[in-house]
This record gives sequence, C-alpha cells and structure tokens, in this order.
Amino acid sequence: MGDDNIQKLTMPKWGLAMTHGKVIDWLVAEGAVITAGAEVIEVETEKITGNVESPVSGILRRRVAQSGNDIPIGGLLGVVADASVTDADIDQFVESFIPEEVEDDGEAADDRPNFIEVGGRRLRYLKRGEGGPPAVLIHGFAGDLNNWLFNHGVLAVSREVYAIELPGHGESSKDVGDGSLDVLVDSVRDWLDAIGLTSAHLIGHSMGGAIALALAERHPERVLSCTLIASAGLGSEIDHGYLTGVVEADRRKSLKVHLEKLFADPSQVTRQLVDDVLKFKRLDGVTDALRLISDKLVVDGRQAWVIGERLQQLSIPMLVIWGDQDQIVPATHAAGLPQTTQVEILEGCGHMVQMESAGGVNRLLVEFLGGAD
Amino acid sequence: MARKLTFQHAINEALDQEMSRDESIVLLGEDVAGGQGADGEMDAWGGVLGVTKGLYGKHGDRVMDTPISESAFVGAAIGAATSGLRPVVELMFNDFMGVCFDQIFNQAAKFRYMFGGKAETPVVIRTMIGAGFRGAAQHSQSLYSMFTHIPGLKCVVPSNPYDAKGLLIEAIRDNDPVIFFEHKNLYQVEGDVPEEAYTIPFGEAEIVREGEDVTIVTLAEMVHESVKAAEALQKDGIECEIIDLRTTSPLDEDTILESVESTGRVVVVDEANPRCSMATDISALIADKAFASLKAPIKMVTAPHTPVPFNPKLEDLYKPNAGNIAAAVREVAEYQKTWETTTSKS
Repeated sequence: MGDDNIQKLTMPKWGLAMTHGKVIDWLVAEGAVITAGAEVIEVETEKITGNVESPVSGILRRRVAQSGNDIPIGGLLGVVADASVTDADIDQFVESFIPEEVEDDGEAADDRPNFIEVGGRRLRYLKRGEGGPPAVLIHGFAGDLNNWLFNHGVLAVSREVYAIELPGHGESSKDVGDGSLDVLVDSVRDWLDAIGLTSAHLIGHSMGGAIALALAERHPERVLSCTLIASAGLGSEIDHGYLTGVVEADRRKSLKVHLEKLFADPSQVTRQLVDDVLKFKRLDGVTDALRLISDKLVVDGRQAWVIGERLQQLSIPMLVIWGDQDQIVPATHAAGLPQTTQVEILEGCGHMVQMESAGGVNRLLVEFLGGAD
Repeated sequence: MARKLTFQHAINEALDQEMSRDESIVLLGEDVAGGQGADGEMDAWGGVLGVTKGLYGKHGDRVMDTPISESAFVGAAIGAATSGLRPVVELMFNDFMGVCFDQIFNQAAKFRYMFGGKAETPVVIRTMIGAGFRGAAQHSQSLYSMFTHIPGLKCVVPSNPYDAKGLLIEAIRDNDPVIFFEHKNLYQVEGDVPEEAYTIPFGEAEIVREGEDVTIVTLAEMVHESVKAAEALQKDGIECEIIDLRTTSPLDEDTILESVESTGRVVVVDEANPRCSMATDISALIADKAFASLKAPIKMVTAPHTPVPFNPKLEDLYKPNAGNIAAAVREVAEYQKTWETTTSKS
C-alpha cells in the first residue's frame, strides 16, 4: 500500500511568529469520518487558541498528537486514510514521517512579508499562494495582517492572496495624511498598481470593509467581488468608545478592557494579544495616526462614511458576514441590503468573526470566491 | 518587527535613531567615539565593550571622547542639560559613580525641586552593572538601589533587548535625570526588537511569566535566572509568576502588590548586596501594604554582604542563580502557617 491513500494532518502556521502549538484536545474521535474543512483539533499558541481544520476528507485513523503535546509547525498531528489502509501501514507512516523543511528561523521563504513604496509610504504586505484571480485582505482599525492568520493560508490554497497593512498600521509607514478614508482608499488603489494587480477580490474587515466598498464604488473595474466582514460603511452605528479607548489606552489593563469587546468570548484576548497591540501602539507615530483616522471615521458618535442607497448601483458580487454578537459594529447593518447580496450571520461570534469562527468564514469565502471568479 | 537584535545593538540603535531625530542629543564618555586618531580608526572602539560603535561615523562631533575624569564630564553633561542640550553620558562602570556623587545627587537630582519647577535636566547617565564578568570588586557591583534612594532621579534597569531600546528612548525624551543601568552580562542576549523607534513608559513592570503559586520579583540579569528556576519548578507543579521591575524609580507598586495578593507567597531576587537594597525595599513594601495576603514569610535571594570576589569560583558562589532561586521558591511554596493553628480565632 503506497502513501497515496494516507494523508497527514500537521500543525499549521498561524501568523508570522508561530513556531509551535500546544494541543488542547481533539474535537473528533479516532475512526470518525471527517470532511475537508472540518475542525478536528484545538491548538493553543502563544498568541491565540484556534481549531485546526482538516485539509482532507477521510477517516481519522490515528490521533498522533495528544493533549498537552507541544508540536512544531509542520509536525504530525494525526493521520487520515480510508478503511482499506491497514493499521500496520499507518504505523509505518507515523514512524517514517519527516516534517517538511522549515528554515532555521521557522519561517518558510514564501511566508515573509514584503515592503513596497507607494506614494511616499512604505507599505507592508504578505503574499501567499499562486495563480487564480487574486484576493486582497484588508484589516480594520488598529489591525494588521495577523488578523487574517486563520484565513490567509486556507484561501491561498487555490489562488494568490495578499494581506496588506494600511498606512498607520502594522509595520507600514505611520504617516496617514489627514487620516481620511480617502487617504486609505487611495493607498490601497496605488498599492494595487504598484503590485501590478489590475483587479482583485477584496475582503475587508470592519474599517477595511468600508475601504473595499469605497474602492468598488470609485473603481468598479478593479474589484472582482467584495466580501465585507463586520464591516463599517453599511450603517451609522459604531461603538465610538471602543475606538477612542484603543487610541488612548496606554497600559495593558486599560487596553484589555477594550480589546475584550472584539470577541464574543473575551478569554480569546490573551496576555500576548494585548502585549502585541500595546507594542504596536508604542511605536512612534502610531497613536497620532490612529487618532487622526478615528476622528475622521466617526463624527458625533456616528460613522462618517456610509454607502447607503448607492450600494444598489454596485453590480459586483457581494458577500456580507457578521457575528451576531458584534459589539463594535452591530450585525443589524446586514439587514436590508440588496437582494443580490449574500448575507451570512454567524452565531456566537463577535467583531473578530474571521478569528472566532475561522472555519465557518473560510468555507463561506472559498465557496463565494470560487463562484465569483 | 521580527528582527533579532542583541541587547547591545538595541542600545546602539536607540542612540542612533534618537540622535538622527534630535540634534540636541550628544554623547559623552570615555572612549565612546573610540580613542585617538581620525574617523575610521577613531570609530574602531566605540566604548569599552563596543556599545556605541559606529555612532561617531554617523554623528561626528556629537559623539565626544572625554578624559578619564568622571566628575568633570558628568558635571559637564548635567550643566549642558540645564542649558539646552540633551546629553547621554556613559560612565563606564557604576562602581566609579562615587567620584561624581555631588553632581548627581546634589545638583542634577535637585534642580527641578530647588528652582521652583522651572529648571529641567534632561540628562541620561548610562552605566554598566553586574558581577560574573571576572571584573573584580571595583567593576562588578550593582548599585541601583543607591540611586533609587534619591528623589529626583529616575532609575532604569532593563533585562532584555526590547526593553533596553524602548526604555532608553523614553529616558532620552524624559526631561529629568535618568540613570540607565546596563548589565554587562546581558549585552549579547538576543531578542525581537522593532526597527522603528518606540517608547516604554517608566513605572510599568513586566509580568514575564504568569503563575498562581509563588511571585518572584526581580530585575536585570536575575530575570533570566528566575525564568530558568521557574521552568524547573514547573516540572514539580509549582507555577511562578515573574515580575521584571524594569524601572526601580518610579516603581510599579501596583503590579507587585496585585501579584502578591493573588499568590500570597513571594521571593525577591536581586543580584546586589542585601543591605538597604531593592530586595529589602520590595520586601518592606509587601510587608507594609500586603501583609494580610501573605501565606508565608517573604524570602530574599541576594548576594552576600561582601565585595564581589575576584576568584572565579567565589564570584560564581557570590551571585544568586537558578538553583538558589528554585530552593527559595520551594521553601516558600511549602511553608505552612503555624500561627493559624495556634491561635483560636474561630
């Protein structure tokens, strides 16, 4: 029996800094039939806890990693095979398993972010995957490319997928001009030009959704489809206290209170996550940049830019995803959208729905993008 | 972000970036440019352990070699700070501070207070601390507690490259005198350091590791020994919470007290001599403000009350290490209150 019928489940790499993960528990029993995309095992990293999705379908024949085990990325978690494979063959496979080579700093070469100079600013982005009509991930206010750590790799299986870091964010330049949405929209458009993408699927989270919408309205020929996740720009309500809280909080404790609003389950906000946001905020220029953006995004406690009726005139495919427990931008903004828009409300999720229900969001995205290509 | 940098290079980068940003920043010290001659050769050294290497080449005469006269050049830096410059002065070993105590204790620390809040003294004094370098008694002390004692001085004692860069930039931008203590054994320690400039506010301790059984309060190189001890203790089911003070003045009392209130057991680890030290200071703080939370006596792990020995074997014995720390933590973790059983309260 060749290895062709035996498929491996390995430790994924979530985010740039991940080198290993700790197994919390299996979510499926040995012998269970699993389908590709099913969540099979819960893993904890220094930054976050998440569920690993099986990339393959078959029978979970062996749970190799056990609760409490620390497994490097690429290390063997389990074995999937159909019933015709013998236990001896599976033993043999586990025994002779060699993890794929990762470079000594734990980062595969195609997994490193790049910088490109756009309009006098240095913008950072991470490209993964090859071929297919490209997709671009646009994070929200105070976010960065790691907001997509559970999604980027899955989407990149079938196409090239870019995660961009907006001006003022991540490791991109902290100059945001007057902080208006226009500056951010123009930056993304100029970045598309600089990368050489004539058109792309845009996937925006929160403020990134408003940027995607505005770009679609101004340059419809550049936008193959729009996926709006917990998006700004669809209604006027927003938790202004969250934005000002994130801008002004300068200590771990005061910041944590605000970050906890991002998730339906506040225990998702680990010490490391708070630390990372704090370290980002302490970079020169970040607080000023965020304050400028926040002041333009929300005026008198309401979103300043809302597409409203003009949405009817957009003729590109649209997918709108929301967590029903979103405390930042209410899920009610998903109601009353044009008939042609696919609307999906995920239960038990907050504003960071693409992290809290990564499997659900990934399935919707893969299917939607496939149909919109 | 994800670049690894040594502690020493993190300090160099902080100096370089701040000097590029602000022309009023100047460096003074023995051999900070690099000895005799023109540029090139002059830049070959960059401080006794090479921390300021390359800065003379980039910033020219703003990097000044001084005579071996600490009282003169520290005084000059303090004077320059009161009149518009932002000097960063390197006083090679903190053991030599004694010759310029008047400039530091009685002048720099007092100006703001004595001149009705109208005078500012934005000077940073960088200096090396620490035993274990085979430097003998006059080059190995850790004297931060002496400076912590003086109101008007801020004292920074970083333990890792990220903190070193962020705290040094904060120190340079601060308008009061800051003494910045660099443990010489940490210079080659590597860690993630962002390329961009950033600051870490003073008076914010870092919780290096969370745990519910015993709190370890420590600083500088002893943070690393405490982490080693905690890793060993974890195997025996003892979870340590490690607090890295980062600055001794201002002191983050809240973080210390909150941790002690949750664990009830505490070990204070300090490489310095034990009398009138950070270890006694922290212990007194806890006894004063969190006594009711304690489930065991406060334990201190420090050097003995002797000069740092030159004999390498004795020097190794002198310094606290992961073994001593783990033993102290075990003692505290296993301690059972006896007075609760002997008093008949309920």
